Amino acid sequence: MHILIIGNGIAGVTAALTIRKLSGYQVTIVSGENAHFYARTALMYLYLGQMRYADIKPYEDWFWAENNIALKHDWVNAIDFKRKTAMLASGEKISYDKVLLATGSQTNFRNWPGQNLKGVHGFYHLQDLQNIETATENCSAAVLVGGGLIGIELAEMLHARGIKVTMLVRDAHYWGRNLPPEEARLIEKRAAKNGIEIRLKTTLKELESDENGNVCAAITDKNERIPCTFTGIATGVIPNTELAKTCSIKTNQGILVNEYLETSQPDVYAAGDCTELAFKGGIVEQLWYTGRMQGEIAAHNICGRKIPYERGIPFNSAKFFDLELQTYGRVVPDPAKNETSFFWQNPEGTASLRVNYVNDKARSITGLVALGIRLRQEVCEEWIKEERPLASGLLHLKEANFDPEFQRRYENDILQAFKTQHPEVELPERKKKFRWF
Amino acid sequence: MFFEPKTQVSKPSVRPASLLLLLSLGLLGIGVFTPERIPFLNEAGFFLFISSGLWLIFKRFKKTNAANLQHQTWFRNLASRGIAAWLLGVVLTGFYVVLYWFPHTLEFLIREFDGLSQLLRNKKADQWFLYGAFYTLAVIIMGIRALLKYRHSKHHLLRTSVNIFFQLVFAFLLPHILVFFNQPEFYFSYFWPLKFEYLFPDTIHHILAHPGGLPVFMIFWSVLLSFVVTPVLTYFWGKRWYCSWVCGCGALAETAGDPFRHLSDKSRKAWQLEVAIVYPVLGFVIVTTALLWLNSYLQGGLLGSLSGGFARSYGFFIGIIFSGVIGVGFYPIFGSRVWCRFGCPMAAYLGLLQKHFSRFRITTNGGQCISCGNCSTYCEMGIDVKQYAQQGKPIIRAACVGCGMCATVCPRGVLKLENKKPENRHAPTPFFHAENLRILE
Repeated sequence: MHILIIGNGIAGVTAALTIRKLSGYQVTIVSGENAHFYARTALMYLYLGQMRYADIKPYEDWFWAENNIALKHDWVNAIDFKRKTAMLASGEKISYDKVLLATGSQTNFRNWPGQNLKGVHGFYHLQDLQNIETATENCSAAVLVGGGLIGIELAEMLHARGIKVTMLVRDAHYWGRNLPPEEARLIEKRAAKNGIEIRLKTTLKELESDENGNVCAAITDKNERIPCTFTGIATGVIPNTELAKTCSIKTNQGILVNEYLETSQPDVYAAGDCTELAFKGGIVEQLWYTGRMQGEIAAHNICGRKIPYERGIPFNSAKFFDLELQTYGRVVPDPAKNETSFFWQNPEGTASLRVNYVNDKARSITGLVALGIRLRQEVCEEWIKEERPLASGLLHLKEANFDPEFQRRYENDILQAFKTQHPEVELPERKKKFRWF
Repeated sequence: MFFEPKTQVSKPSVRPASLLLLLSLGLLGIGVFTPERIPFLNEAGFFLFISSGLWLIFKRFKKTNAANLQHQTWFRNLASRGIAAWLLGVVLTGFYVVLYWFPHTLEFLIREFDGLSQLLRNKKADQWFLYGAFYTLAVIIMGIRALLKYRHSKHHLLRTSVNIFFQLVFAFLLPHILVFFNQPEFYFSYFWPLKFEYLFPDTIHHILAHPGGLPVFMIFWSVLLSFVVTPVLTYFWGKRWYCSWVCGCGALAETAGDPFRHLSDKSRKAWQLEVAIVYPVLGFVIVTTALLWLNSYLQGGLLGSLSGGFARSYGFFIGIIFSGVIGVGFYPIFGSRVWCRFGCPMAAYLGLLQKHFSRFRITTNGGQCISCGNCSTYCEMGIDVKQYAQQGKPIIRAACVGCGMCATVCPRGVLKLENKKPENRHAPTPFFHAENLRILE
């Protein structure tokens, strides 16, 4: 049995490793982008001089041969499903028994006038980073289109090189699709403290060119002209579906898959950023974690173990300059109708905690958002799964804490804040600790 | 790849301090090459060196926070094995060579410390007093740097303060003050098998030759710390209680070595070399100690006059060449923990305890690792931390000195040093399903 994996990002590589653990199948990974798997999540650290390219490879180069995973640095042009053969750009043909499409995604350019000018780049892969490095060599002002994670990473990178950054954010608050306004405000403040200018409710209209075809200014929808010699596009990513389309695999936004991550063609699977989960109403998941989980499930199905893909309790994390964010459960800017949330933040604005809960008598926890406080994933997940009552969660907050030793802890402040906000809730008295003195 | 180290743009604000630092080195240089002692020249150079050094540190780390701690590390010539790093390596190594084999050339510096030496131990300074003073000064000044750089972290503030305290009090002041009171120069913060001679028969006889009850306590202390306190503390807190809180070598690595921590080799080959060297060193110390006692019991019947020389030459090789010249002299090339990783018998002993009889582990927070590699890069012991984290496994390695830097540099706060109950210590988080591929075999 020969398994061909197209794409060596986190989804493709996780699938290859999982297949290796489950079976003795022959595995080949083909990637046109790069010879070896590297962590996209770490690209910013190359620009910052915090790591070298060798440091962001999750596995040393000997690892692949030793685990009997063949690597091929080439693009796949087409797949012949009848003959079960993939045609590579070099002209080579590879025959396979099952194939996994893990072709990832690309920057979502939204047809702005001037988006092809020199100095306008997305931030997705190594080539992007190289372009950004060149474009920002003598840059003093930059405009970033879009908030979100890629936006803030770019902001941090450029800021570290002394470049003035203006961010255009579509929503009324930062990362509006994912964050409640209170957390967004804390992050906006943190960005402002670092000299990043965030323009809310502002989008890009067009980019202006100088006589050499370089970008020289961004024009906003409010017709404001912001001079810049670099523009970073951070308006999200869209699935790479070109290959699937040329092979007449069904696609919509992404490559359509069922719960076993099978595409419309037999023996063809898809996982990671490039997929659209048809069985879940067509959602597209484009996180590192979901790429890994999908890769793993695809591998199980390829190896004949029918396991449906289930994301489980969602979680995510991010870092905004020195402010860490963790979310557990389905956290949206506006809580669902039957839900409400308890929110606490410290006076300095360096830490906050939000607990979403069902607004009835039981008050079971549905989600948590922590800024500047680290929470333990196992505990948070258990609380959400077992519908732990809010009061009990707040009383046992210590168990959920994952902060480093000796760190300032906020459990008591949070509990006090809850008592003040909700005097009607009866909290069970905690047993007093036995004290020697 | 294209992101090669490049010269860092020197920020204008640090220039005056850097110039003063160079000037101070110039003044001290004149002292070296002038046969006649020029009054106050060395003092002025010395004073200028310390004050401009502190000024430079303050300027550079004034704006450091949890996010930009390691920005531009690989772009700095000194921190990325550039020319400056090799120069510093040559200077440091040269200092050790001069210190061990040509101490008379340091006469001009040694005499500067006569005053302090007289005050502390009522005798003139020698090269070892000079070395101890320099070592302690390096820990203090670079300790201030570490305190400033990592000031957002209570853990590092506390740990660095304890480092400075133990170096200054237990590894510098106290031993010399003991000499003042006609007691042996005894280091309460070093024990067998690192300070292997403390349990050699000759040393014990030498210590007991001093008057009073204190020498007896010293022997008692040595035995107690090596065989009782060390296993007990390591059971509760892992190797770190010693290696990154108390030990002087650790203190220097955590302070003066901090700019070079990322230079440790993380490859599998380096790990194989580490295992092949450090455990035999421990074995050698154990066998030597046993043989010397047997020899002493047989009143010299086993090794004869050979025993003293044997122990001494081994001590010279391990203690001096390895820990000094390679361990510290090569900081800018191989990173800050070469001695701790490859050569220290105490680290091997603590490591075995940590791996098999301890509550300590570094926990991975669920499935949150993004494989970025920061933890591995900034591990001074060359542990490929992400290999564990990206599989959701706790990090339980004999080498880990528990400095906590992996947890500090992790951009997602995925790692935490913990001393929970030892049951299920090795259990991976349920967030990764597949069985693991073996990395270290």
